[in-house]
Amino acid sequence: MHAALRRLAQRAVARAERRLPALTRLRRPEPLPIELNRRRIYILPTAFGFGFGALLLVMLVGALNYANNAALLLTCLLGAAAAASMLLAFRTLDGLRLSDIRADHAVAGEALRLTLDFSASRLREAVRLDCMGETRAFAVDGTTELHLQLPTTRRGWQALPRIRVWSTWPLGMFRAWSWLHPQQSVLVWPRPEQAGPPPVLPADGQERLRPQPGEELAALRDYRRGDAPRHIAWKASARHHDLLVKDFDRPEPRETWSLDWHALRSLDREARIARLARWLGEAEAQGRRYSLQLPGERIEVGSGPVHYARCMGALAVLP
Amino acid sequence: MKADAQPLDTRSFDLAALAFAMALVLQAPHLPWWLGAPLLLAIGLRWWLRRYQRTRVAAWLKLPLLALLVLAVVARYGNVFGLVPGTALAAGLLVLKLLETETPRDARVGMGFACFTLMAALLFDQSLVATLAVALGLLPPLAALRSLEPGRRAPAALWREWLPGMGLLAVALPLAVLAFLLVPRLSSPLWGAPNVDQQRSGLADSMTPAGFTQLLVDDSPALRVSFDGPPPPPGLRYFRAYVMSHYDGASWTYRDVSNQPPAPIEAAGGIRYRISLEPTRQRVLPTLDMPLAAPPGASLRRDRVVIADKPVDKLRDYTVSSATAYRLEPQLGRHHARWLQLPAGFNPRTLSLGQSWRRQYGNDDAAIVRAALALFHDGGFRYTLAPAPLGRNAMDDFLFDTREGFCEHYASAFTVLMRAAGIPARVVTGYQGGYWNAIGHYLLVRNSDAHAWSEVWLAGKGWVRVDPTAAVRPQRISLGAAAAAPGGQLPWYQVGWLQSLRNHWDIVNRWWNQGVNGFNALRQRGLLRPFGIDRTDTSTLALLLAASCTLAMLIGLAWVWRRREPEDAVRAALRQLERKLARLGVVRQTGEGPRDYLQRAAAALPAQRERLLELMHRYLELRYGRAEPTPESLRRLQRAIRDFPVRRVVK
Repeated sequence: MHAALRRLAQRAVARAERRLPALTRLRRPEPLPIELNRRRIYILPTAFGFGFGALLLVMLVGALNYANNAALLLTCLLGAAAAASMLLAFRTLDGLRLSDIRADHAVAGEALRLTLDFSASRLREAVRLDCMGETRAFAVDGTTELHLQLPTTRRGWQALPRIRVWSTWPLGMFRAWSWLHPQQSVLVWPRPEQAGPPPVLPADGQERLRPQPGEELAALRDYRRGDAPRHIAWKASARHHDLLVKDFDRPEPRETWSLDWHALRSLDREARIARLARWLGEAEAQGRRYSLQLPGERIEVGSGPVHYARCMGALAVLP
Repeated sequence: MKADAQPLDTRSFDLAALAFAMALVLQAPHLPWWLGAPLLLAIGLRWWLRRYQRTRVAAWLKLPLLALLVLAVVARYGNVFGLVPGTALAAGLLVLKLLETETPRDARVGMGFACFTLMAALLFDQSLVATLAVALGLLPPLAALRSLEPGRRAPAALWREWLPGMGLLAVALPLAVLAFLLVPRLSSPLWGAPNVDQQRSGLADSMTPAGFTQLLVDDSPALRVSFDGPPPPPGLRYFRAYVMSHYDGASWTYRDVSNQPPAPIEAAGGIRYRISLEPTRQRVLPTLDMPLAAPPGASLRRDRVVIADKPVDKLRDYTVSSATAYRLEPQLGRHHARWLQLPAGFNPRTLSLGQSWRRQYGNDDAAIVRAALALFHDGGFRYTLAPAPLGRNAMDDFLFDTREGFCEHYASAFTVLMRAAGIPARVVTGYQGGYWNAIGHYLLVRNSDAHAWSEVWLAGKGWVRVDPTAAVRPQRISLGAAAAAPGGQLPWYQVGWLQSLRNHWDIVNRWWNQGVNGFNALRQRGLLRPFGIDRTDTSTLALLLAASCTLAMLIGLAWVWRRREPEDAVRAALRQLERKLARLGVVRQTGEGPRDYLQRAAAALPAQRERLLELMHRYLELRYGRAEPTPESLRRLQRAIRDFPVRRVVK
């Protein structure tokens, strides 16, 4: 029974969306910032609102029947308060501004963390937000950040879903809502394969790497017999009882990886992307320097999070 | 939807429990104590259990409790329909609802129900205080409904929860008053009018000695009278209700005869006045002394008793003219025997005393009256509200044995004596006295001013009022009931300064009664006539109501829709300077830049030249010099503009 009713309601909503795109939620995506105004906020009574209205009607008829003016006055007062609560529900959303949406990085299949920046000139309480079947309640005072988890399925640009912002503030009798459809996409990185061979490196490219003293200052330690005098940290030792010696990090030598799309001819497109993604991840984790050759694009040797993000982004948007 | 299944948080449950308790407390005066007290206890217990023991009420308990409640109501009232049993049942159901309130959904339903119960409390008592109490009682439900919304900023202190509700009610008040004024009133009730207050004391159509005791300590207002001219002196403030002719040895009763014309009266002039009568559930309308005609919706009976067509179930206003100097029924004719009726076999000593007076004074009826009054005055009689009980021959016991009593005893004994002596006589009940409220120019008559006196028929004079109580205790007539009662016999709230305070406070009740409770279809029409609306049928009123509600909503929308642009402080300061300069005759042209404008002003006002140029530099510096104006420089500019002198230059 319930399921049938819900299906019926869904069909009706779908029909309304087709027929009345301006009225319902089929709003075109629009650029940020989005500010809610009276042209896009809708209000309807909630089920409780309808019930309360029926109750008010009963009270009104009772007061009139018994010619009881005090009861009539208070019924009118309660009814007027309910009507005023409708305006307050509107005011909760009116002027609310979605100023920015920031997205973290995520690989396909994992949830992507979105940060929504809401701002308002005055305090808004009990604002609620529906996104992908999840409801969040929050208050906006000045600016408020709201974190959402956006599920992802495949790599590439993913459009943000429609978001419904609504409120039944203050009495739960009226529900004001508005649809937000930000014209913003988030980039979903490809999912690396679970396991596979390491990259095959060209033989001539493998230069022999000598052990070399590290250059990065790692820590200060106590002087031990045999330490070179030029490694003593004189300035630091002056503030200390014992001599302190600079200890240098000596990283294990790493070869540079040149990752090439064209070297993986035996695999299909997605498998190539997944393998390259895994290699990129390993190279970044091991602190290697790496370059990426893709059809139509070459990313030169480099390392670090920005470089990694650039490479993954390039993989993500491959056709 | 998911949020509705979450359990209530502590604050929400506290507020909901408070709302239920408030509704119950306001309902409690109209509930029997054996129902009200356990229900309040149940609310407290339930709150304590959930708050400190974190236990729920077992589900199996609800059905037996419901059955118990219904059984109790049926056992007390006979059924569950009607106003009083319905209210008792609603109060019980309210508490049962609290027992199962666990989720926001339950709480919402409960709050709606609490509002309904609050409103029902007004059906019993619609005084100003009760109405205000119920309006305050709306605050907990409103606060509870707010607290159910997730994502709100809950104030730390509980009392702060009331403020938004107060604000909401205050904002709603204008619309509420508008709707109240314009809602079409029903011409006749849709279903039976309530039969509440059976126990309420009031004048009854029969009188037994000592039957007034309840009434004399009930000091709720009975009627309020405003006179067209000056009020009659205290000694003449007799308001007649019932004229009782039949005595059966124990009580006097009023016999309603509707098919005879009113007794003829010869009256010189009349006093016109308006009475506002509190509900009595009876049909009699008390009038000052001798009414000349009945008000609309009522008729004048044979003995000039005014009987309304319907029982007075709500506040009733009527305007009557009365005579205080008159000759009523100069010729008694065939009714003579009726006023001499006495039951056989009662009060032998009283009868023989009356007969002995007749033998002693012969045909001088007035002398017999004087003899009776002298007996009361000098015979060792005492006025008291707590007289000794009387036996079967009540009047014998009273006259020759106990010799103490109040108005009913004296009126009854006097009338029996007169009838025994062969003088037509009857007992009249009503009100005497009252408190003259000088600020409101009206006479407040309380139920405790109820009084009984006699009327005797004397040849040539007609019916003459004789008040035997006055012979015993003259203060009763001149100062009122409260002053006449011997010390210690009145409840604490009827003494001294408190009574005087309450008499003064009554003006507010009168105002409330006149302004709100007495606002009916007639007054509605009077309200609309100045606006050129003469027809006030239901459809016109409904149209007006719809129009004004729409208008009110539009005003609300305008308030909601207006957007306040956050104004630039620097620009606002310049605008202030522009206004000042405009008063000096230098008006900024459209499209004129601030620099040109201020230079022009400096040229036009040589006396302020230096100052204006400095202001210009400051403004330009603030406006274009830096991205974010520093607060100090902004304040300096504002101060300089505020201090800019606006003196008319003498040309």
